[in-house]
Amino acid sequence: MKLSNKMRELSHHLLDLIENSLAAGASTIKITVIEDTSGDILGFEVGDNGEGLNEEEIEQIYDPFVTSRRLRRVGLGIPLLQQAARACEGDLIIRSEKGKGTTVKTTFRRSHIDRMPLGDVASTLVAAVAAKPDVNLLYNHLVDGREFIFDTSWLISKFRELPLNDVKVLSWMKGFCREGIKKLYRGD
Amino acid sequence: MMKQIKSVDELMKLKEAALEKIKERQASGKTTIVVGMGTCGITAGAREVMMAIIDEIDKRNISDVIVTQAGCAGMCQHEPIVEVNKPGIPQIVYGHLDEEKARRLVLEHVINGHVIEEWALVQRD
Repeated sequence: MKLSNKMRELSHHLLDLIENSLAAGASTIKITVIEDTSGDILGFEVGDNGEGLNEEEIEQIYDPFVTSRRLRRVGLGIPLLQQAARACEGDLIIRSEKGKGTTVKTTFRRSHIDRMPLGDVASTLVAAVAAKPDVNLLYNHLVDGREFIFDTSWLISKFRELPLNDVKVLSWMKGFCREGIKKLYRGD
Repeated sequence: MMKQIKSVDELMKLKEAALEKIKERQASGKTTIVVGMGTCGITAGAREVMMAIIDEIDKRNISDVIVTQAGCAGMCQHEPIVEVNKPGIPQIVYGHLDEEKARRLVLEHVINGHVIEEWALVQRD
């Protein structure tokens, strides 16, 4: 069975994974993007401390049509991403433990012709912060050993009672992340 | 007689509820813009719509607006969906938006207080 995937960027999938973590009640979400040109790999991982899934629930997530919404939080997002990864000689793996959290890891062959562009990750991060400004987001992006880190827990501690979803703060965040990520590809 | 608080868990739940109330109170008087960000919304361009709204609000220096998001509302075919709640005018759920429409929505609905009826899916009084 082939699902029709209308996501245009991997960063859209990334936002979809973060949404799952937020829906699972996570207070901390770790996002890691790794690009390795010599190994020809692009991978990303979203790990949370949300409510987690049992084995049966994990099985159901991979299948887009087995059960009703009532029984699970996620819908078509995971099957679509898994299909996209497998089409690029990669895969998607879910590790989860009830009460502890969930980690979704996905890999792609970086040079594969069908690999979607990573796209606008900065917008994905801003959308996530706007959704739940009190959640700690730790973003870590590695390109051939160069690293960009964005940690909202630092901002939250500085802002204290003021939530991070102020429009001016969100705009600043987008610019900051865009610049930081762009520098990873320039190599300076 | 008042129900007694028995466990720390219950106490924390009360605290959370109180915090929610405070947040609600602070939010009243403010305009809230809620963007649908389920898988269906993201696929249809909800993230781009949200960024356009944030950018327009930032550029025009409007305060007292909160931009947030919700999950899938079951109207996937109408995504991207945005709900605008501005005190004093009806609460409107807009559908089939794009970046350009989102910017006009900020101008017409949020600033001028005019509902754009042709884009409205649902109106709640």
